[in-house]
Amino acid sequence: MSTATSIQTSATPLGRDDLARLVAKDIAPGSFVNLGIGQPTLVSNYLTDEQNITLHTENGMLGMGPAAEGDQIDGDLINAGKIPVTELPGASYFHHADSFAIMRGGHLDICVLGAFQVSATGDLANWHTGAPGAIPAVGGAMDLATGAKDVFVMMTLLTREGASKIVESCTYPLTGIGCVTRVYTDKGVFLTGPDGVAVRETFGCTLEELQELVPVQLKAAPAA
Amino acid sequence: MLTFVDSVQEAVSGIKDGYTVMIGGFGNAGQPFELIDALLDCGAKDLTVVNNNAGQGDQGLALLIKEGRVGKMICSFPRQSDSWHFDTRYKAGEIELELVPQGNLAERIRAAGAGIGGFFTPTGYGTMLAEGKETRIIDGRGQVFETPIHADVALIKALKADGKGNLVYRKTARNFGPIMAAAARHTIVQVSEIVPTGGLDPENVVTPGIYVNTVVRVPAGAGSTAGTEEKVA
Repeated sequence: MSTATSIQTSATPLGRDDLARLVAKDIAPGSFVNLGIGQPTLVSNYLTDEQNITLHTENGMLGMGPAAEGDQIDGDLINAGKIPVTELPGASYFHHADSFAIMRGGHLDICVLGAFQVSATGDLANWHTGAPGAIPAVGGAMDLATGAKDVFVMMTLLTREGASKIVESCTYPLTGIGCVTRVYTDKGVFLTGPDGVAVRETFGCTLEELQELVPVQLKAAPAA
Repeated sequence: MLTFVDSVQEAVSGIKDGYTVMIGGFGNAGQPFELIDALLDCGAKDLTVVNNNAGQGDQGLALLIKEGRVGKMICSFPRQSDSWHFDTRYKAGEIELELVPQGNLAERIRAAGAGIGGFFTPTGYGTMLAEGKETRIIDGRGQVFETPIHADVALIKALKADGKGNLVYRKTARNFGPIMAAAARHTIVQVSEIVPTGGLDPENVVTPGIYVNTVVRVPAGAGSTAGTEEKVA
């Protein structure tokens, strides 16, 4: 076995939950984390008490707990996706400008976002398809992308049409420049930065097979 | 000057055509629904409205838009599954949209209240939302110049006010309330409860009464988002 293929860690591509479990495992204990709407929300299902992670929601809370159910539902306690949630002991509330100062000021360790495309140098496109007639809506996407120390993206590697979402340069309107540090996909984990794209591990394919799918030069990441 | 009024109609009676109106709330949390309904009834038009969204369903801000009272929306996220009244007006070219990243929206509102003439922020740098704006490299990072958003009136919702207009909020319903209260020339607050002066612990006051002009009590439960009475599907 060559060293180039030894980074395959799963015989099959990863499903959404397995990917969420992997992201959760990679979050350092004690981190302050913002999980974006959609697939990234799944990560919270796999965070352990021992990790002692504090979740931030940009509408104005640290210490967010799981989704509220039944009698726990309170219209004044929602997350950024407007879903009723719960508060954990030690939670705090603050207004919107403070909440985005937490983000923009670099106080969050990690945010996890979905994406349409990520470029070889970590540019992110995740807010707007640019389609004519589409009503643009950005929310906190640009703030999240520029604020956290690390920006993780979770997405399928390929579009429904089979095109790679990791691209040389984004064709969709940008959310942020050079902001993405890591991309978790069903077929592999990619580390992005000014030096290009390194692959940490692959799922259900070899690095060579992955390279066939991605129009960006890939290399194996140095062992951590 | 601080006044306490008996009705939401009286509270909004000074709002005139052409005003810029900030409306608090994120989703339903913190939305001053009764004040918005009163604004609808008072007939003011050609309004510029500042809110995170552009109305949902068939209530509140969505109805103001439906009735053609809003000439311009300044917001971060106008497109939602139930924002059909905005969608219709926007696609007909009948409403102007200034789209602002959510954190820039909040900071521009905060800047207005704090007397700041503008600020540079990395948010949006290199994107289409920064087109035409002044940029600089600061500390090695591209940044965009953003200007304050002032308003004639703010409509917000808080949990309690005391006799001095000091406010406390409830959970994530706080959202835009404190910064909009400071940014508007005239701030109108609906609260669930009015307590006597001295009834709020000064250490816990979130919005000092200096930012508040008009207070009206709308009892919890009378409204559509009162505390735990709200059941979200």
